Amino acid sequence: MDINDVRGLGSVFALIAFMGIIWWAYGSSRKQRFKDDGDIPFRDNTEMPADDDKDRSK
Amino acid sequence: MSTAFDHPEYNYKVVRQFAIMTVVWGVVGMAVGVLIAAQLAWPQLNFDTPWFSFGRLRPLHTNAVIFAFGGCALFATSYYIVQRTCRTRLFSDTLASFTFWGWQAVIVAAAITLPMGLTSTKEYAELEWPIDILVTLVWVAYVVNFLGTLAIRKESHIYVANWFFAAFMIMIAILYVGNNLAVPVSLTKSYSVWAGTVDAMIQWWWGHNAVGFFLTAGFLGIMYYFVPKQAGRPVYSYRLSIVHFWALISIYVWAGAHHLHYSALPDWAQTSGMVMSLILLAPSWGGMINGMMTLSGAWHKLRTDPILRFLVVSLSFYGMSTFEGPMMSIKTVNALSHNTDWTIGHVHSGALGWVAMVSIGALYHLIPIMFGRKAGQMYSIGLINVHFWLATIGTVLYIAAMWVNGIMQGLMWRAVNEDGSLTYSFVESVEASHGGYVVRVLGGAFFLTGMLIMLFNVFMTTREAKKEAAVAAHA
Repeated sequence: MDINDVRGLGSVFALIAFMGIIWWAYGSSRKQRFKDDGDIPFRDNTEMPADDDKDRSK
Repeated sequence: MSTAFDHPEYNYKVVRQFAIMTVVWGVVGMAVGVLIAAQLAWPQLNFDTPWFSFGRLRPLHTNAVIFAFGGCALFATSYYIVQRTCRTRLFSDTLASFTFWGWQAVIVAAAITLPMGLTSTKEYAELEWPIDILVTLVWVAYVVNFLGTLAIRKESHIYVANWFFAAFMIMIAILYVGNNLAVPVSLTKSYSVWAGTVDAMIQWWWGHNAVGFFLTAGFLGIMYYFVPKQAGRPVYSYRLSIVHFWALISIYVWAGAHHLHYSALPDWAQTSGMVMSLILLAPSWGGMINGMMTLSGAWHKLRTDPILRFLVVSLSFYGMSTFEGPMMSIKTVNALSHNTDWTIGHVHSGALGWVAMVSIGALYHLIPIMFGRKAGQMYSIGLINVHFWLATIGTVLYIAAMWVNGIMQGLMWRAVNEDGSLTYSFVESVEASHGGYVVRVLGGAFFLTGMLIMLFNVFMTTREAKKEAAVAAHA
């Protein structure tokens, strides 16, 4: 086994890791969770007197 | 600046400082850009003065727009977004203040040393070693402060914009130090530890990732917060953002070799750089589509909101330049485009169209908040609209002129007579480029005028806000 086998294994590992990320991101049991995470920018309403979220139209 | 605008929980002071300086350095850096564009059109403007010549002012322009304008924009927005999405104050106010003053010191040092001709000669890494050390110290403080803020967050999930910012600052630290390793021989002179082809590869490993991480990942972080905020709706697909984040950051680092096509770099390395660049189209467009689709159902807002227009048009230019980039990395296309003005046009469609426009949109949203007003409540919305059109027309003029020049130069350089001799001398291609150079000056002047209008609008907004604060204090 030489350095090129290690390099090849590295590529295989990267591919498996990437497929794992896709599985994790698109798994149906995590659908709602990621939907909620997308709302984080709108969760913070501790604004200054002039609240920048006040007139946000949904 | 006045403490009347300090937020009870967040550190807005450092955001305000960086936001204002973004506009100031934007004007300065782009003014130098217009000047050197004019020098290329009318070389007499060098005035035979060494420190005023193109060779010394060009790195001043690139450093000013990338690291002063772009850098301040990234500091301002990342400090703002990390606090708002983690619902906590910055990890350290002292470190925040150090990053602001340290970064300004770096910019001033660059503005003095580059016209003096003090340079390490590495593109986008020209600063000499003492300044490099200061950059590194500031950057480490930035990374510690940002990651420290993530560590004390009150929101359980780390919002995607922060992932992009974290990737950008960690990779830039590695790349910057790696490329700038040098042996100093005096206070103002050093020699790179890298040599020959390895030096070229390390340089473009850095150079292309200054694009990939500084000018792309960081600005995608801006996009992922300000596009949803300004459109008033969450990002189109949070799950797509996760997949395209990991794809983008793991592929960008391999693409740098496309800057060295047909050079002494081994052929297999050139080809792998080309292949990685082609693959990059997918994650790049993942981000573009995600940002664009965030507006689905809210497209009508574009009619009335010039800030949203800045953000959306920036995404269009991002999509366009991330298509053009992979195409230019194909070796047969590169055989025509390499060393021509086409490359300069490509860079500016990304730099003006994407980086500057997304920053400008974010700043118009952010600056009023820094002065106790509602998001986007600038002194004049009409002037934002004027700025938008000046910026868009200026960018289009610039890149169209460079496309024409670039393709023409490429064709002239490769034209041969029947006996195998060159049809054109180099200077004939320079002469033929004159018209395009004049159009470029015009396009740059449009863009710069827009920035001056922005500076005025920001100044008037702060003046109004201070008056309002004074009235409120008396009441």
